[in-house]
Amino acid sequence: MDQGIIIAILATAVTAGTPILYAALGEIITERSGTLNLGVEGMMLVGAVSGFMAAYVSGNPWLGFGAAMAAGGAVSLIHAFLTITLRANQVVCGLALTIFGTGFSSYIGKPFVGIPLKETFKPVEIPFLSDIPVIGPIFFNHDPLVYISYLLIILLAFLIYRTRWGLNLRAVGENPAAADSAGISVSITRYQSVFIGGMLAGAGGAYLSLAYAPSWLENMTAGRGWIAVALVIFAMWDPYKALLGSYIFGGVEALGFRLQTMNVTISPFFLKMLPYILTIVVLIIVTRETKTRKVGAPAALGQPYHREDR
Amino acid sequence: MGINDILVEMKGITKAFPGVLANDQVNLTVRAGEIHALLGENGAGKSTLMSILTGLYRYDQGELAVHGKKVNFNSPRDAIAEGIGMVHQHFKLVSTFTVTENVAMGSDSWGAILKLDQIEKKLAAFSMEYGLQIDPKAKVWQLSIGEQQRVEIVKLLFRGADILILDEPTAVLTPQEANDLYIVLRKMADEGKGVIVITHKMQEVIEHADMVTVMRGGKSVATVPKDYTDETELARLMVGRELDLVHKIETGAPGEVILQLQEITAVSDRGHKALKDVNLIVRAGEIMGIAGVAGNGQRELAEVITGLRPISAGQITINKVDMTNRQPLDIIKAGVAHIPEDRHNTGLVPNLDAYENILLKHYLDKDFRKGPFILWSALSQYTQTLINKFDIKLSVPEAPVKAMSGGNLQKLLLAREISMEPNLIIAVYPVRGLDIGAIQAVRGLLMEARREGKGVLLISEELDELFLLADRLAVLHEGELMGVLEVEKTDIEEVGLMMAGKKGVKGCA
Repeated sequence: MDQGIIIAILATAVTAGTPILYAALGEIITERSGTLNLGVEGMMLVGAVSGFMAAYVSGNPWLGFGAAMAAGGAVSLIHAFLTITLRANQVVCGLALTIFGTGFSSYIGKPFVGIPLKETFKPVEIPFLSDIPVIGPIFFNHDPLVYISYLLIILLAFLIYRTRWGLNLRAVGENPAAADSAGISVSITRYQSVFIGGMLAGAGGAYLSLAYAPSWLENMTAGRGWIAVALVIFAMWDPYKALLGSYIFGGVEALGFRLQTMNVTISPFFLKMLPYILTIVVLIIVTRETKTRKVGAPAALGQPYHREDR
Repeated sequence: MGINDILVEMKGITKAFPGVLANDQVNLTVRAGEIHALLGENGAGKSTLMSILTGLYRYDQGELAVHGKKVNFNSPRDAIAEGIGMVHQHFKLVSTFTVTENVAMGSDSWGAILKLDQIEKKLAAFSMEYGLQIDPKAKVWQLSIGEQQRVEIVKLLFRGADILILDEPTAVLTPQEANDLYIVLRKMADEGKGVIVITHKMQEVIEHADMVTVMRGGKSVATVPKDYTDETELARLMVGRELDLVHKIETGAPGEVILQLQEITAVSDRGHKALKDVNLIVRAGEIMGIAGVAGNGQRELAEVITGLRPISAGQITINKVDMTNRQPLDIIKAGVAHIPEDRHNTGLVPNLDAYENILLKHYLDKDFRKGPFILWSALSQYTQTLINKFDIKLSVPEAPVKAMSGGNLQKLLLAREISMEPNLIIAVYPVRGLDIGAIQAVRGLLMEARREGKGVLLISEELDELFLLADRLAVLHEGELMGVLEVEKTDIEEVGLMMAGKKGVKGCA
């Protein structure tokens, strides 16, 4: 393989990884508050279809992107209400949300299947940065949503580690009772974090239907939401590591495409399987790692909080 | 705030929960400059009252004034704003955070963007000023229990609290650490803060408090200055009747060795050594007490003996048979009964009824089964006998046991274990959280077991209890046995020093 092909694969890795990155970043924020939302796949699908519809009707992809975030956020509020206010089981609710999102998006998206979008997000070269050899074409010759995801990582890392809200968020996820007695509202914090998670999952879905595909297909996320959930563990709840993880998964996908076009005789099913094998391997490694060190999941992850009632 | 100004005034505070009147017309007045003890048995309503003061609950009736202003807090945030801070029995700290992060969280006295290094500096200076030495950069999980308590206190003071509430603050401390704590609290009081200490230890009240409010059955029965009262009167107020204070009633008649631990080493859940070369003998007809601050290997010791935790070195012999690393069932068959620390989850299954909980240790018993089927009639008859014999109060045996009170739950557990005719009983904090009536019943059962020639290993955090019941005492400190003492020949002072890590006469007499 010559250098050009490798660069092309890596550049595709970035775009293929971006929808996963958005969703994983959102789930990181959600889980940092101690709430597990397994509805990422569903929220992505709802985001993808709403984004597509809004962009198609208005002719403005930016409006589509906004609509996708709003729709993802709205769906996540169902999860928030059930698990935070009613203290329902988070795993069950999350699974239900995914099933709901899949069905709902197929239903409302029926008339839009296979229609091409006139106005989509197009690659924009960033002056100077895109001229850097190797790095430039890989990272700085993409559509605006990719650049937004770069900024988002920095923003979210700053939010988690350097702001008062981030400290309170982490406190709620680690020890909600301690946070409560320190005057932090556990449920408000969790609602906020679930909502942010929903908006970013919606954004991830919109990337698929507005930039990556760009069209609407039933169930077009094809398990990316689940990969995003696994990626959160891989990233140890850290935005920067989520970047690395997303591009690794994106790279596997990109490699799959490339091998097919190069007439390498590997079963397409095997190639489709690759990301999921990687998921399992990564989970085994990371779980062992988190057990031996004192890092890892927010201690209260998955646990509803209620003040000790009698 | 000047000395003697009224900081907190509660008048006729009433709070009802479904089926329970937790606080009934409670009065409490706390002034600046005093250490005010809130004394009462478990379930007397102390915690509810303090939860009202700290904003966790709203009261139904009455009046609460803080700093002369009428309030009914909606959340802890409101209470914090009025200068109220509480050190809970289970510390409200995030263990993966640093000390500074724990202090900064939830506070909006800083900007939206954290400048932890600035807060760190202020915190260091602040804690020096109060003589409360802490390292602002240390992670909380690395600190000892005593240090964590200090972090809690600093956290409250740093956030401007002038009314400090401490819930059973000495339960987790050695006697010496407890003294140090009271020196700090006295200093706070002298600076014009109000200190409320929730406790059930009368001796502590007599030694350190200025005022005492006694609660019983949800009511405040009396408020007296410490100088005008004594332990006997406080005990009477607390229980509502005259009570025999600590008298050694009887001692054992040690016989053959039942349990022998030789050079036991075991690892805790977190992976560090919880027990180091422990040598211990329990004989028939004696109560062997294990003293120590909670978390120094007591839990692991009980688990090792009952087969719930493997040992990495050493040998366990029960009735002269090697039982090292055998399964719990083998150990039960060898005649070992277990009253675990967590009676709700390890001891009993809360959602099962009394019959089923009794059956948990009798499921192999031919009397209660026919092939794979349970003989319910035999089981219910047997359970009924136990309920009568051990004086267990429950609504119906068919109700989930989680509905039972702590004391009756513990009696049910003891009934099951003792009825197995064991020759060794491992009792871990058997009276923790029980009221005085139940405590006496449980202690009576342990003494009866001793009279019948059973060996008892009693792990307790109450030195009074150990001195009352045990024949010999072993002191655990960081997983090591500091020594074995004859109860007759020692005193609280010596045991306290050993609890703090000073070695005594080592050996396994």
